[in-house]
Amino acid sequence: MHLMYFTEQPMSAYPADEGRTFGATALMFSNKHFDPVAGSRLYNEYLEHYRLAEEVGFDGIMLNEHHNAPFCMQAKCNVFASILAAMTKRVKIVLLGNPLPLADNPVRLAEELAMIDMVSRGRLVSGFVRGGGQEQLATGVNPAYNRERFEEAHELIVKAWTQTGPFRWEGPHYQHRVVNPWALPLQKPHPRVWIPGVLSKETIVWAARKRYPYIALSTAIDATKKIWELYDQVAAETGYAGGPEYRGYLQRCHVAETEEKALENARQFMWMQGEFTGLAHPVWSSPSGYFSPSYRTAFVEYAVGRRSNPRGAAFEDQLRDQQIVAGTPRTVIPKLRRLLEETRPSILGFWASDGFVKNEDARTCIRLLGQEVLPALREMGKELGLWSPFEANAPVSLAFPEPARSPVTS
Amino acid sequence: MHHARGRALSGAALLLLTLAAPSPSRPAAPRVDTLLQGLQIPWALAGAPDGRLFVTERPGRAALRGLLAAGARRGGEYGSVRAMSPMPVTWTSHTLSVAGIALPVARAGAGPPVLVLHHDIGTPPRLPFYEALARGFTVLMPSHPGYDGSPRPDWMRSVRDMAVLYQWLLGELEPTRELGRLTLVGLGFGGWIAAELATMAPRALHRLVLVGAMGIKPERGEIADQALVSYIDYVRLGFAGRAGFEAAFGAEPATSQLEQWDLNREMTFRIAWKPYMYNPTLPHLLGGIVTPTLVVWGREDRIVPLECGERYAKALRQARLEVVDGAGHFVEMEQPDALARLVAGFAGKE
Repeated sequence: MHLMYFTEQPMSAYPADEGRTFGATALMFSNKHFDPVAGSRLYNEYLEHYRLAEEVGFDGIMLNEHHNAPFCMQAKCNVFASILAAMTKRVKIVLLGNPLPLADNPVRLAEELAMIDMVSRGRLVSGFVRGGGQEQLATGVNPAYNRERFEEAHELIVKAWTQTGPFRWEGPHYQHRVVNPWALPLQKPHPRVWIPGVLSKETIVWAARKRYPYIALSTAIDATKKIWELYDQVAAETGYAGGPEYRGYLQRCHVAETEEKALENARQFMWMQGEFTGLAHPVWSSPSGYFSPSYRTAFVEYAVGRRSNPRGAAFEDQLRDQQIVAGTPRTVIPKLRRLLEETRPSILGFWASDGFVKNEDARTCIRLLGQEVLPALREMGKELGLWSPFEANAPVSLAFPEPARSPVTS
Repeated sequence: MHHARGRALSGAALLLLTLAAPSPSRPAAPRVDTLLQGLQIPWALAGAPDGRLFVTERPGRAALRGLLAAGARRGGEYGSVRAMSPMPVTWTSHTLSVAGIALPVARAGAGPPVLVLHHDIGTPPRLPFYEALARGFTVLMPSHPGYDGSPRPDWMRSVRDMAVLYQWLLGELEPTRELGRLTLVGLGFGGWIAAELATMAPRALHRLVLVGAMGIKPERGEIADQALVSYIDYVRLGFAGRAGFEAAFGAEPATSQLEQWDLNREMTFRIAWKPYMYNPTLPHLLGGIVTPTLVVWGREDRIVPLECGERYAKALRQARLEVVDGAGHFVEMEQPDALARLVAGFAGKE
């Protein structure tokens, strides 16, 4: 198993009542409520959490980015990845991921990622995402071409990593006279690419066709099983067998010394009014052209208030469905076993604390996970045959079927 | 009345008019009353003897519009429209092939040709404004590529592309050769397309009418960003009053209408995302247009600031700005008769 630590890096010093008064906590919620003094403190606390996660035995640190919202302070995951590349020694730096459509110059992204891979001595996992709808609006990127830009930027980055330059790129959305970056990834053929997602079938199919592991972000167990059914079906059509090494899952999981404390802190997973990406107008989260046409009817009704939010399940329901797991190590381990048995992921991210959880409680959670939960999960992983892409030495993609080469550095 | 349903409606209208008779205290803004159930064809019209109109907003709902009567009370201001109103209007649909797209074009009326380019939100297929125009002109109403069920050209990237496509369409239009030189009426986003088109054919048009046209960057205000608001809120923003929206779309627009607004919005994003709703090169090119132009703006346009109308009028060689009271961005839906009178008076001149 590959066990990762994750935090959204919540901007927990924002005035929550102002968000409720405004009626939204994303995109248009004014940054006059952003406090850089608190921001500085929190960034440094989060860096210490990452350092602790490595110390207590996590295999990876998962990073992401969002814009214009208190639910995530990380506006550029490559910045934290760069810091971690130098600050940590052992953990994989798992970016889930860079929102490709937001990039007007994917070659620059390829360079940044290559630098992170070299500085970290080959510890980069370079996930890519489409970015949320609000991210398109926050950065002025056309949502109607989101998927086209995602796919084209991906092709360009992989080519920049794997084919010697200079070459020229003339695509529908990106044109580059000279692609010849003097920064190349240490890992060969290139750093692993994992694809996270929540909803879009198109993304699951795309990842499966590329033979990239897909990371389901806190979906309910039944929904997760449907994701793997689809993935495995596409994998079989593509000519390989799906299974644990292609399956990742991000689990909201808070542990504490007592059940009461764990439940109290786990309620903070609902701090954004139950929307884990912040409370936003539906047309901000899903601008026209961004979402799959198959959701159009349901979406337009939701957008004008005629349907309830498909993602807005109550805390108790999310506990019951194990989208949120909370307790002492002793009580969460059987729940996590159920997740492993029923959905068989080999990559498991722990979204450990959120919202206004105190620094000391967040640290206790990381320590308990590392000391008590992770060893139990590793045993389960062996017992259930949940071999991660690293353990299985799986190819990085369909395009590069040979086993990945471990970097050799001095 | 041009069909049986309209005739049935007319009878019911006479019965109910006494209940909704105009009074001196009633404001001139459109008044909407739900009177009938069970109607099927949207935008069916029925005239009442006092000049008012019944309109089928959508299946099951009809509205009584007080506009013509209000106009008449102001000393026969809408006389020319009233004179046209008894004429029956029949719409036919055609398909023209341009740039590999089968473009639907609706046609009605007789007389000199008027091509109407609709808004970014698309358009209901029948509106009192179009009917009024069709009583004096041959009205041609294409659905923009990618809007209102018209096929989407995946390759299209700009509003200027759209204008070039309409240039192509003009060349294909048989009525323009048959009926003489064409007047182009552009509504909002359609006004931007019309302005772009006119810069490319400075002498081809008989008259140009720009109504609340996008296309020019305001210097003081901003063009309202539909990306930040729901479909309904954006359309409501384009009306000066609540009644205008409800007369056009009902208090609760159907899901199919919401889906169409979403599809239309997606196409708008595809071609007008950045810069949003203007072309920085357009103001420099407007000076080449020699076509006499009427610029019309709703006094309460909250989507495109009135200053854009002033800038259009200034940049064009032969232009006059008319500001319509009691209207927002969707002048043709909120003050259809006032706009029809302005267009008829302007396009009817030799």
